[in-house]
Amino acid sequence: MHWTTPRHLLAGLALATTLGSLAIALPAQAAGLRMAWAQDATGLDPHKQTAFSSLRLLELVYEPLVRLNSDLQVVPAIADSWEFSADGLTLTFKLNPNAKFSDGAQVTSADVKASFERLLDEATAAAARSNFLSIASIDTPDATTAVFTLSQPDAPILVAMATINAAIAPAAEIAAGTIGTKALGSGPFQLDSWTPNSQEVLSANPNWAGGKTGVDGITISVLPDETAILASLRAGQTDFALINDPLVATLVPNEANLQLNRVTGLAYNVLQLNPARKPMDELKVRQAISCAVNRQEVLDTALVGEGQVTGPLTMPAFRSDPAGLFCYQQDVARAKALMQEAGYADGFTATVIAANGEPPVASSEAQVLQSQLAAIGVKLEIKMMELNVYVDAWLAGDFDMAVAQNGGRPDPYPMYNRYFTKTGNLLKVSNYVDDTLDGLMQQGRSETDPDKRKAIFQQFEQHLTEMAPWVWLSTGYSYTAQLKTVQGFQPNPTGSLFALSQVTID
Amino acid sequence: MNYVAQRLLTFPLILLGVSVLVFVSIRLIPGDAITAMLGTEAGLLTSEQRAVLARYFGIDQPIWSQYLTWFGGLFQGDLGISVTFGRPVLSVILDHFPLTLELALLSMLIALSAGVPLGVLAATRNERTSDLVVRVLAMLGQSTPSFVLGLLIIYFLSVVFGVVPTMGTFTPLTVDPLASLGQLVFPAITLGFAFAASVTRISRSAMLDVLGDDYIRTARSKGASARSVVWTHALPNALIPVVTLSGVEFGYLLGGAVIVEQIFALPGLGRLVLNAITQRDYALVQGSVLFVAFNFLVVNLLVDLIYVALDPRIRLGKR
Repeated sequence: MHWTTPRHLLAGLALATTLGSLAIALPAQAAGLRMAWAQDATGLDPHKQTAFSSLRLLELVYEPLVRLNSDLQVVPAIADSWEFSADGLTLTFKLNPNAKFSDGAQVTSADVKASFERLLDEATAAAARSNFLSIASIDTPDATTAVFTLSQPDAPILVAMATINAAIAPAAEIAAGTIGTKALGSGPFQLDSWTPNSQEVLSANPNWAGGKTGVDGITISVLPDETAILASLRAGQTDFALINDPLVATLVPNEANLQLNRVTGLAYNVLQLNPARKPMDELKVRQAISCAVNRQEVLDTALVGEGQVTGPLTMPAFRSDPAGLFCYQQDVARAKALMQEAGYADGFTATVIAANGEPPVASSEAQVLQSQLAAIGVKLEIKMMELNVYVDAWLAGDFDMAVAQNGGRPDPYPMYNRYFTKTGNLLKVSNYVDDTLDGLMQQGRSETDPDKRKAIFQQFEQHLTEMAPWVWLSTGYSYTAQLKTVQGFQPNPTGSLFALSQVTID
Repeated sequence: MNYVAQRLLTFPLILLGVSVLVFVSIRLIPGDAITAMLGTEAGLLTSEQRAVLARYFGIDQPIWSQYLTWFGGLFQGDLGISVTFGRPVLSVILDHFPLTLELALLSMLIALSAGVPLGVLAATRNERTSDLVVRVLAMLGQSTPSFVLGLLIIYFLSVVFGVVPTMGTFTPLTVDPLASLGQLVFPAITLGFAFAASVTRISRSAMLDVLGDDYIRTARSKGASARSVVWTHALPNALIPVVTLSGVEFGYLLGGAVIVEQIFALPGLGRLVLNAITQRDYALVQGSVLFVAFNFLVVNLLVDLIYVALDPRIRLGKR
């Protein structure tokens, strides 16, 4: 038998390939939305989870009292209406009497009280607790009224409540200690199964107060490589997907059957300087670095132009034209002069840390910054780290400079109080605060008039960019890609996928 | 002493060494289960909250005491609880292992059934065109990283045929053999490609060696046909290095073809370990590595036994 001839071998290989292709022919069309993402949720406890995917998953299952719409306005969720007292010390919610958990039980003020008490209990270990420290007590005069008494006026608390970290869970489940193992919420879907790093299966919650969802269910597959996600979309085997990498996102519009949804996010890309380390302790050195950076070039090169140059305030209601901020036009001559005045005419060497793949553009950003800062004699050594290792160094403030993508909030106070107030939990990371920043933050926290708040925070932004503890660069887009057969998805700047409750499939 | 018994006795010692090494090294990497779960938000925790989480993740005790607790459990078949899955580590591993085993076997099958004949072909046509073609192919196979090949295959399938292998979940062989093999055939080609190239090169050079041996000349002079010289006389001896290579390689494959599983989104052992490391799921990392080490030992023992079957001249353990 001459089965070693090349001809026979090739024929054999061709046969194997054909068999393979036959076997992977399309599986039967599943009812519901087939979704994919690269990063899976890391847990099911709505109060404790902070990972992006966990929040996105839990937003489909649980509901907070209020949520943010795509214009970042606070709109009803479990609460129908709410009101601050004149002195700003009482916040009263009226609950939707139709709100029900997926087991059919009504959502009552007792559930609200139990949920917030759990969140505030240190034994729960919820990081979000720090946003709710002004809550002194919660009263429940009747089943649909919850009254929060605050220890000090706290205007941003309403926005802080509009996250899934402030979800309302059943008081009975809290007492039983099953939050996090069982996901029982009042949201549009219920979680039928979860296999970590592989798949989530959700089905419509028949008891949802928002009515009938557009799809019967959602199956979320974890496909760690975004190129594979794109291939799966192209092949019509995935209906809807989250995309992180701008390079992959820009390929989506090339496909006739696909649609890219993008919305300017709140997260910002930043070069964090560490003012606790020499020579970044010198204001002029920090300013020189800020002047030497060409933000548009970083955006165009590292993010392939996908985003906008931004100052510290990324939310539309507070955002100002970044051109008016300190040294937002690259000015190398001024930067060199500042370096000379600071006594660093010859420059210096510093290490910049960045996380591998988090965000996907981190390493290219670091490289562009490296070449720009070389112009003023600052020699950057780039140190790429695994995400956890990076987080560890970042939290300890153990870096000269760090390329980071930090999360944004719809309100400046919860977004920056952690870094730039005297009691901020992450002062060890920013290593910078002054009386002006601290004072403006406190004013902004208690002021309730929107116009006055805007003015206060713009002053904050001006001062912050001038002191240049960090060099704010850009804000990117948050992307989803979908088949054109999927209708009615409204992207949200917070990244929320709650709008999946409204989508239909043709 | 009997060779097999001798090897079996060293098993526990090796596993003990592996257990200490993995236990310590995973804890030496900066970052812990708390930062893995919360990311930078971990900085918002109060010290009380941090202590609660450390207790929950079992990292509040000194490292030696953590080790002793874990080690004690091993004797009762308890590898600990995975914090990611909320289930015993062993059951999580056994859920993910069939995929990796099937993938490893399939890619081994592909690699051997392509590599050995190609190697023999090249050796018997030494320095002729077909030999050169095979050698170029083998070179290409060895130098193409699997992530490039995997992505190319996915791209090619999705653009040309409009399909991609099922990703994200896995259909076990016992549930639907056709779907299961269909899902794994392309990952197995990706994984087996470089290995097929090594097999080709090794079997080619081993074959060339053997074909030059005296006993082959004797066989030829006794009038054995060319085919019988190659397949009956030469091949069994030429296969010995291939068996060695396969044993080592199969051990690696069982450790999980991390990259291929990542690209094709297959929930196998390789991705399990990778995710366990990024999520600092200590018990799961320890359990999986120990499991992989155990497999590696067993496979290598089997390879040694196959030697004896292939070549009676080899008498294990006797000098």
